[in-house]
Amino acid sequence: MNLNIYLGMLHQAEKTLAESFRQVAAGHGDEPDVHFLCHTLAQQCEEHSRLLHPIVERYGEDPSDAEPERLHAEGLSSTRQGPVGLLRDLQDLYLLASLVDVTWTMVKQAGSALRDRELLEVVERCDGETSVQLRWLQTRMKQAAPQALIAAR
Amino acid sequence: MVDRIAQIWGTRTPYPRDGLWPVRVDQALGEGVSADDVDRWVQSACVLCSNGCACDIAVKDGAMVGIRGRAGDLVNHGRLGPKGLFASWQGVSHKDRLQRPMIRENGRLVECDWDTAMNRITERSRQLLRDRGPLSHGFYTSGQLFLEEYYALAVIGKAGIGTPHMDGNTRLCTATAAAALKETFGADGQPGSYTDIDSCDAIFLYGHNMAETQTVLWSRVLDRIAGPDRPKVVCIDPRDTEVARHADVHLAVRPGTNLALMNALVHEILAHGWVDEAYIQAHTVGFEQLKATVEPWNAEAAAAICDVPAADIRKAARIFGTSGRVLSTVLQGFYQSAQATASSCQVNNLHLLRGLLGRPGCGILQMNGQPTAQNNRECGADGDLPGFRNWENPGHVQELADLWDIDPLTIPHWAPPTHAMQIFRYAEQGSIEFLWISATNPAVSMPQLPRIREILAKPELFVVVQDLYLTETAQAADVVLPAAGWGEKTGTFTNVNRTVHLSDKAVEPPGEARSDLDIFLDYSRRMGFTTRQGEPLLAWEGPEDAFNAWRECTRGRPCDYTGISYERLRGGSGIPWPCNEENPDGRDRLYTDGIFPTDPDYCESYGHDLLTGATVGPEAFRATVPAGRAVLKTADYHPPHEEPDGEYPLRYTTGRTAYHFHTRTKTGRSRQLTQAAPRAWVELGADDAGRLGIGEGDLVRVESRRGRIEVPARISDIRAGTVFAPFHYGYWDSDGTPGEHPTAANELTLTEWDPVSKQPVFKNAAVRVEKIGDAEGPAPAPTTTASRPSAAAENQGTRRPRPTTGGGEADATEDVAATPPPRFPDAVRPGPGSDRPGGVSAGSNSAGSDQEARP
Repeated sequence: MNLNIYLGMLHQAEKTLAESFRQVAAGHGDEPDVHFLCHTLAQQCEEHSRLLHPIVERYGEDPSDAEPERLHAEGLSSTRQGPVGLLRDLQDLYLLASLVDVTWTMVKQAGSALRDRELLEVVERCDGETSVQLRWLQTRMKQAAPQALIAAR
Repeated sequence: MVDRIAQIWGTRTPYPRDGLWPVRVDQALGEGVSADDVDRWVQSACVLCSNGCACDIAVKDGAMVGIRGRAGDLVNHGRLGPKGLFASWQGVSHKDRLQRPMIRENGRLVECDWDTAMNRITERSRQLLRDRGPLSHGFYTSGQLFLEEYYALAVIGKAGIGTPHMDGNTRLCTATAAAALKETFGADGQPGSYTDIDSCDAIFLYGHNMAETQTVLWSRVLDRIAGPDRPKVVCIDPRDTEVARHADVHLAVRPGTNLALMNALVHEILAHGWVDEAYIQAHTVGFEQLKATVEPWNAEAAAAICDVPAADIRKAARIFGTSGRVLSTVLQGFYQSAQATASSCQVNNLHLLRGLLGRPGCGILQMNGQPTAQNNRECGADGDLPGFRNWENPGHVQELADLWDIDPLTIPHWAPPTHAMQIFRYAEQGSIEFLWISATNPAVSMPQLPRIREILAKPELFVVVQDLYLTETAQAADVVLPAAGWGEKTGTFTNVNRTVHLSDKAVEPPGEARSDLDIFLDYSRRMGFTTRQGEPLLAWEGPEDAFNAWRECTRGRPCDYTGISYERLRGGSGIPWPCNEENPDGRDRLYTDGIFPTDPDYCESYGHDLLTGATVGPEAFRATVPAGRAVLKTADYHPPHEEPDGEYPLRYTTGRTAYHFHTRTKTGRSRQLTQAAPRAWVELGADDAGRLGIGEGDLVRVESRRGRIEVPARISDIRAGTVFAPFHYGYWDSDGTPGEHPTAANELTLTEWDPVSKQPVFKNAAVRVEKIGDAEGPAPAPTTTASRPSAAAENQGTRRPRPTTGGGEADATEDVAATPPPRFPDAVRPGPGSDRPGGVSAGSNSAGSDQEARP
């Protein structure tokens, strides 16, 4: 059984995303909607890790990740400035959240095959929220992009 | 004669459930003017709150000299409030009026002629469009212009320039009303009617101090309360308002916790099975999600968050759950607080769960704050497309392009139109360099004023201000345009319950002032905006052309005006839209059949996630919402983002007093109103005041992380731990700047907004309060309103507040039962010769004016 690899990936990805949301919140305090919502969404990611915990207890997780990383998703080391910087930071969050999203989907596939009702309930709640995170990021980026890419000084 | 400063709501005219509200014609004439002196009366409606009271303006020797309510109008049955009586014509007929345009030369505003001012605007506008493109332009309007003016500006912005950066101060007052209606029902449009007051068994006021914000509407409630079968009243408000004093249950919640309370009310309704399962089945979607969200929110859980007794929450829920007919009204206590849209949607949900919609007495009034806010929402001079069209629906965008004969790509529809707070952010960052502000005063009304002043003062931002007076905002402008005011121009506007009124020109504007419509049309001509055929984009000569163009824009949309004309609006009552072939006399209330405008090809919005504001999008909407069903939208409670702490231990909230409107641009010019509420104050509860060593009238400093105000303290019955300041008091009547003792409530508020409606959070911030000076007398706060002094405060000698009266200067006549009450639809039936649509016979009982049309 290799589910532990994916549970490890998921746990790590949620943790990275939470930290990155907080990083963006801290770096973009002048955009209050981004600032406050990123804090809220960081809490959501941490709650996902908490909800995942009993599943991890049962299947274990492989934090060392037996599969070597080829694509590195280490989170945001710092934030950028200005309108294009905001757009880029949100886009980075989008990539990280996409990784979380697709990882949940794969875990769900395994959960379905395992007929693990508890796991499927956790996935439904968490992946639903992750997909809203993605939709919010896209909504906010689509709003910001024309101004940032055309009119910003 | 009645002193209408002391008697805000006037004389009672009690009436029973399902009775007709009696007529009471209120009238106030200028000093020394008698009714015999009046040359003529000109039809209009009041623009000093969102109620939309129909009135006639008295004209003598070419000047406005008085006002009276229109007996036959469905909205007010002849009544007017203190602001209408004492600041309507008085608020515009003042020596301070701007009479000539001004431009900034060497840092100072100097008068000039119209050509010079307009050329300066168009030169800058052209240069920026050439060099930086349409995204360099922003327009910030109002809830005070007329429908024709919003529509003209919407066409200029969306079809001429092509900028998404258009919004109004309606963002500050009514954005959440629109958002909540769109989320639940698929489109804007007030479900209920004022006549629901006549028929209800219970009325719930959610964050709505109706007694002060819509005084005439509150008179209607008071007359039911004084009648033989009073409705139960439930009030949700942290202050001891007049509404609270009449309430069977007063839930004085902590500011910022509305959603916790609403989740508990829904929880209780579900737990007791006070639901109409057949209605839920047939007419809604999303029940399971709603049920799951409110599941943990029992009365105790909400009581702990909101700091109100759990028993009171249960009592309120029982009234909602067991009363035959319930009317709900919602305003700024919800709209300007945390999780605004989610909280307001829960009100809609309560009605849907019980099937209390579309029948007499079973209404929802998601209120507006301003007289013409509805038109800004309809016309698309704010963050919407005209005619409640959906920016995510390419078919709707094409309809507008066809109507205007332009390339659909010109119309910005890649994202929602930019909301006001974001427009100012872009101006702050320098990507909006041209900002045209009409009939509003952001230098006092926006949150976090120190920041707003800095933005307006930026030398690289070109600011045009179009107003009646040299407001705080106008003082920062590069070009100031003198606008004609109410009574000086013709146009229409629409109130909270969809009733359209005509306001005819009564007198000439002062000096060279021009109507806002003329100014916009002039700009469009000078800029040379054209259609694809090369015709002028706006070829209108005047307001009636604009109105007729607007009618076409609304054809087949929820706000259908096609059956309304200037001629039909003259003489009788205002007409509630939709008014078309199907509804030749308009409609008193919507959704009588439980069919909602959620058809994906028809709806105004596909909706949002209420926690984040993420758009649902067309595919997901089509997949989840069966056409015609209402959506039971919800979100879980999250605490407000700024809560009291050791440094700033008190909660701060802001609001209106009965005697003023907005930044007092008009009401501050009325002697009666200014005497009633002359200067700023702050309200504290007796316990907090005692702990801080503050007595009535002491000068206190209220400080947040953004700024400070220094004003006298009124010890009132506001809930403990909460501080209130009225938002009216800027600096135009001092020296234009905050000075030594700043007074504007928004010095302290924070820059934050609801994720869906984008309405700023004015009702929750953390502050600290300290005494900085001894009282020189009582605080200058009215004693007739929520700022009434607390009985618990000991006010001796010079600190004892004197009762607020008109001092002999605020007398109005009240002619009770002058005529039989108007009723729908007879009051709006047109006379012969009118252009009634569809060739429907006017009927034998509806010839002539509304007076003759009554049964």
